[in-house]
Amino acid sequence: MTESAQTTESRTVRPARPYPFSVPDRLVVDPTYGELRESEPMTRVKLPYGEEAWLATRYEDVRTVLGDVRFGRALAVQRDEPRLTPRQQYSGMLTMDPPDHTRLRRLVAKAFTARRVEALRPRTQEIADALVDDMVRLGPPADLVEHVATPLPIQVICELLGVPYADRDRFHIWSEAIVSTTSLPMETIQEYLNNLWAYMGGLVAERRRDPGIDDLLGALVRARDENQDRLSETELVELAGGLLAAGHETTVTQIPNFVYVLLHNPDQLARLRADPSLVPAAVEELLRYVPLGVGSSFARYAREDVEVGGVLVRAGEPVLGSLSSANRDGTVFADPDRLDFDREQNPHLGFGHGVHHCVGAQLARMELQVAVGTLVTRLPGLRLAVPEAELKWKRGMLVRGLLGMPVAW
Amino acid sequence: MSPAWRIGVDSRRCIGTSICAGTAPEHFRLVDGLSAPLADVVAPAEVILDAADSCPVEAITVRDATDDRLIAPQE
Repeated sequence: MTESAQTTESRTVRPARPYPFSVPDRLVVDPTYGELRESEPMTRVKLPYGEEAWLATRYEDVRTVLGDVRFGRALAVQRDEPRLTPRQQYSGMLTMDPPDHTRLRRLVAKAFTARRVEALRPRTQEIADALVDDMVRLGPPADLVEHVATPLPIQVICELLGVPYADRDRFHIWSEAIVSTTSLPMETIQEYLNNLWAYMGGLVAERRRDPGIDDLLGALVRARDENQDRLSETELVELAGGLLAAGHETTVTQIPNFVYVLLHNPDQLARLRADPSLVPAAVEELLRYVPLGVGSSFARYAREDVEVGGVLVRAGEPVLGSLSSANRDGTVFADPDRLDFDREQNPHLGFGHGVHHCVGAQLARMELQVAVGTLVTRLPGLRLAVPEAELKWKRGMLVRGLLGMPVAW
Repeated sequence: MSPAWRIGVDSRRCIGTSICAGTAPEHFRLVDGLSAPLADVVAPAEVILDAADSCPVEAITVRDATDDRLIAPQE
């Protein structure tokens, strides 16, 4: 342990650093994370909203905070939780611990297993091919965000959940409320969320009129109606709305991010084109490499005193675990700032860790594999159609990514 | 309900999410990044099915210890 680190004996708590450490710059990981992993792996931070927190930056510590049952999320609703958003979340799976969390998670987990997702791959490929066909027909330059990255995950989640794709323009706008920090006024966020819940409520009512509809929404409605204790009506609507919104906002953002990183690593991109069997390894490496989050959020609260990274976290204190930092920890990933498809082990935390590990992880993996595979094989000349400095990046959202990506091929 | 269950974790499938260890810490833990049952043969408990049914790669199987009948994951 370094001299400066806090110990269980003497707990001198330093003043909190403002967090995130900097305004996001494209997909650069702030070097402060690397410095902290070396010198102060558990540091005090103050997010724009809510109380101060610990921030864990080392891989092992982040895994402990996210995976150890001595930490939980349920306490957050009683507190002014550290957050990037003015609005605090008081319901949903991310505010629950087992066994409450398990009750909801188990209801949806079955629909997102690797096996169930694999069955959706041929249809996903069909959608991806059709979207690329349409874009090619339009001719370059075309916006990859608008023509491929956005419609692909939306169409897949719509078909899986049972939401009419024709309504996409409405719910896609409302979905921004889930990932907005300051991009929308708080009243608008609430209005969009209300719209989303009302919309899902309408679809739920449809499933009740026609109980034979065989999609995930129908299965959730049946689960609720067969056993009222398993799922409340509010939970049902918020769960389905959450799956729709969270189920595509992230993948929509990651497809252009992955393409952007690949274009910056032409040697790796050339290898992918020459050998598309590398796509699954490439997607795992990109999941490790790309810092999707603007900053860490959804702090875990210590349920008892826990020692993490040489610091005694007191019962009731919130701790954030930085996924982006953990994924660049050189003690786990050799040469961590290099994009390397040949890593033998890649236990990245891109989908988180522990009970809140992304429920849609297998779906996202499959979609990203299809998207990357299709783009590199079908558009071998894929490149930016504008100078990089003209690319517009998202602001005021939980996620980092491109607002548009004009490409040629 | 049968008197005992046998828990199996397929280490080739396991991706180490730790969902099981968080859901049923009395039955699962992570060893070198992968899930391992604390005991192979256990008294039946719903929380074990919770863990098996929550595994995204269906790496956990629960069988009747006497006749090897598959109890989880369910279809």
